[in-house]
Amino acid sequence: MAGNFVSTTNPCRMCRPLGACLAFRGIEDSMVLLHGSQGCSTYMRRYISSHFREPVDIASSSLSEKSAVYGGAESLKRGVKNVVDRYSPRVLGIATTCLTETIGDDVELIIGELLRDEPALREVEIIPVSTPSYSGGHYNGFHDSCVALISRLAQGGPRGDGVNLFPGFLSPADIRHLKDVMDGFGLSAVIIPDISETLDGGIVDSYRRIPAGGTPLEAVRRTGTAAFSLEFSAATPGRQSAALLLKESFSVPAERLPAPIGISYSDRFFQAVSRRAGRPVPEHFARQRERLLDAMVDAHKYLSGKRAAVYGDPDFVLGLSSFLADVGVVPAVIASGGGGREFISELELACAHLEDPPEILTYTDFGEIARAAAASGVDLLVGTSKGNHIARELQVPLMRAGFPIHDRIGGQRMLHVGYAGAMALLDLLTNTIIAGAQDELGYGYSYM
Amino acid sequence: MPSSEKKIEKHRQLRDSIIDSYPAKVGKRRSRHLVVKGEGDEQVEANAKTIPGIITTRGCAFAGCKGVVLGPIKDAVNLVHGPVGCSYYSWLTRRNFARPGESGKNYLQYCVTTDMQEGDIVFGGEKKLMQAIREVKEALDPEAIIVSATCPVGLIGDDIASVAREAEAELGVKVFSANCEGYKGVSQSVGHHIACNALMENVVGSEEPEETTPFDVNIFGEYNIGGDLWNITPLLEKIGYRVLSTYTGDASIHDLARAPRAKLNVLMCHRSINYAAQMFWDRYQLPWLKVNYVGVDETARSLREMARFFEDDGLMARTEEVIAEELERVRSQLDHYRGRLAGRRVMLFVGGSRAHHFQHLCEDLGMEVVLAGYEFAHRDDYEGRQVLSGMSRSSLSKVVQDISYELESGFEPAFSEEELGRKGAALEGSLLDYEGMNAHMKEGALIVDDLNHHETEVLVRELRPDVFCSGIKDKYVVEKMGVPSRQLHSYDYSGPYTGFEGALTFARDMEMAVYTPTTRFMAPPWKKEAPDGDA
Repeated sequence: MAGNFVSTTNPCRMCRPLGACLAFRGIEDSMVLLHGSQGCSTYMRRYISSHFREPVDIASSSLSEKSAVYGGAESLKRGVKNVVDRYSPRVLGIATTCLTETIGDDVELIIGELLRDEPALREVEIIPVSTPSYSGGHYNGFHDSCVALISRLAQGGPRGDGVNLFPGFLSPADIRHLKDVMDGFGLSAVIIPDISETLDGGIVDSYRRIPAGGTPLEAVRRTGTAAFSLEFSAATPGRQSAALLLKESFSVPAERLPAPIGISYSDRFFQAVSRRAGRPVPEHFARQRERLLDAMVDAHKYLSGKRAAVYGDPDFVLGLSSFLADVGVVPAVIASGGGGREFISELELACAHLEDPPEILTYTDFGEIARAAAASGVDLLVGTSKGNHIARELQVPLMRAGFPIHDRIGGQRMLHVGYAGAMALLDLLTNTIIAGAQDELGYGYSYM
Repeated sequence: MPSSEKKIEKHRQLRDSIIDSYPAKVGKRRSRHLVVKGEGDEQVEANAKTIPGIITTRGCAFAGCKGVVLGPIKDAVNLVHGPVGCSYYSWLTRRNFARPGESGKNYLQYCVTTDMQEGDIVFGGEKKLMQAIREVKEALDPEAIIVSATCPVGLIGDDIASVAREAEAELGVKVFSANCEGYKGVSQSVGHHIACNALMENVVGSEEPEETTPFDVNIFGEYNIGGDLWNITPLLEKIGYRVLSTYTGDASIHDLARAPRAKLNVLMCHRSINYAAQMFWDRYQLPWLKVNYVGVDETARSLREMARFFEDDGLMARTEEVIAEELERVRSQLDHYRGRLAGRRVMLFVGGSRAHHFQHLCEDLGMEVVLAGYEFAHRDDYEGRQVLSGMSRSSLSKVVQDISYELESGFEPAFSEEELGRKGAALEGSLLDYEGMNAHMKEGALIVDDLNHHETEVLVRELRPDVFCSGIKDKYVVEKMGVPSRQLHSYDYSGPYTGFEGALTFARDMEMAVYTPTTRFMAPPWKKEAPDGDA
């Protein structure tokens, strides 16, 4: 799909149902079942596990050739019954795949029939979400699921003082930090989905089949009564916005922001929260900003004028690009496997002050990114593990960030958001560049 | 022996408690997949449809076909016709290694797909596929282009075989296809068969080697995961064999084409490649010998049996020399590891052959296998090939055509019927035969087919093995339960585990599992010590 080619060489996105698996994982006591052939669930479990290094249970309706021809209703019903029997979830997401979208199974209808025949299953909130793998990418599936959760579960009522935060697909460490920020402002925030514990858990005394943590079902229901919603979705179309859905359905004020990666976007986030909360930014976070500035002064000597190619999911890449521009690195090539109008216009705003406008590649693949990065002459790559081939080819360092990171450990613990996240990224970026330069020296090196 | 009877009884009770915990219908079905060695009836129901909603570790036909068998062919581009996911998820995920061969080409780092969009699903994807093949030829210029289908392709009726034929005629490069849509069959197993058929029909025999040697062999069912093949080939070469081709680790499409001129196929992974091995036998009267290069004793046994097949004194003598030399090299280290690992208990749940292969290696180290099972095996992998004749063709096998070949006219087999008869008698049980895993297992050990997540949890909790060897999907579960794991698919970035050297690598990895310092810190000090004055 990149350049003039109809084919995709080394894709920069995964398929849509994978995003649903990630999002439902952030709901307390939930499971997800993929309606399709069992390979989908196996591949996605394998992939998600390779990044988070956690057990990832995803059920499947395990369709056969017979059900592929005559419809998968019976397999889906059996699958739901068995997964409820084994896991006792309170929420069960059912995401479709290319197989069941192509045969046109009506999941709502099938589940309706099932609930009529098996009233006991009504105890479980079953949430179908349509995620055709031949359209969009995993980031779309993530947003689809948030929208499905809200449209299914949110209830109205008298306006309370709660806050909804839709972070999009960030790391568990990011979600933990966002909680601290909201706590710091004295806000009672519901983060949807909350993968902070469920995709980055510890060794515990007794193993739980569905890990502890995630957004409680009741909290999702209450989102319709919140004082306001924040959503990190500036690069995502409005129709995929759960915050906008709550605004339409229950008049909950909504503010859509870029993910707070880098100092500019973090400033916007802290300002927005401060304004909404009617409280100044807590000292603790103001100190973090001071330290970040101090670090940026230290680091600029190694960063200024360096050129990077950055790639990944649209919302995440928007944040990374802004971060790079904040610290004086030119995001010369900005690429995503997806990315629509919103992505491009936000990027243009973020990069308006740069002398060289970046080359923005949307719906691209690594074949195209490699060509653009080589032509542009970049000093480093910033993005997922999947850029490792290009980094080797171009002989430039790769700073890993995003999903998936499967050739290093710790991807799930990387902090990107807020001033603390910008600091962590800054150190990683600077040291990546310094190490690259040192490795090239033939005569050794000493202190800086 | 009362102790083994006790164990049988204990494990039967454990099995029954698992079965009883299921809804009646599910329990009845699963009961045929869980067997205790020594309880009498050891027929293992296998290759049965997975129960929807049970968290299986099994993959799909596409995973077996493109992911396992066709994917490792290094100088061909695997073009996946379908939406983006399947191609992405199978992108080098099995750690197949390859070095560029004579053509200098190696595309294993590439992931190429037609990336079907909604319009392709509605209006058909054949034109896009044709264009994609042209692009692959233009941009990458591989030695062959292999088109694999994912789920929607079969449903919308794209005729990928015709497109491949047209493209081959237009572009002058070998193009062929495999209809391995994911919904076919019950696991990745059917995909192996589809891939073997595709190779037999499109590749095998289409080229001739420049020269042959008396000791040309093909290694079948070895995918060079973590470099396993690269521990085997040097051993064979040192003895005097030439490896004409490998199906399909580090393989060149040209080597696969020339393979019929070998004198013997040695077979590692019985499950995935026995179809091709059997078709080679029918079509070229080229026999296969079941070998296993995992484990010290097994590697030695396999090398000796190869030499016996060739009935060559020089080869036999060199085989013994090499074995002696290798054993000498690894002996003291092996003794060290044996001292550290003897008596440790292992569970092996992996693949369609590895759960058998690795038992030998564990036993070399004095470890006890308390449970073994396969993800996607058939009954013959458990009970041996003698069950094949008695098995009715289930309706599930209709999804893949069984190709039967006659001896190719004009082809001169390397050995006469008489010679082969003699060799077969000398190598009973391994030439054109496989005894299966069960025969090797100890009384009281559990045999579990298509182990699911729930069962893993119960069995690990009850049996508390020292190491659980499996794949990435279950390893984190058992690690959370405080039991160390080792992936036997990808080796957790380690390996190779084959041959004499590989045995040491595996032993080192088992040692780190059992002795990792982390286990000392599992309980925090404030939970270990009684509060002041309380003791």
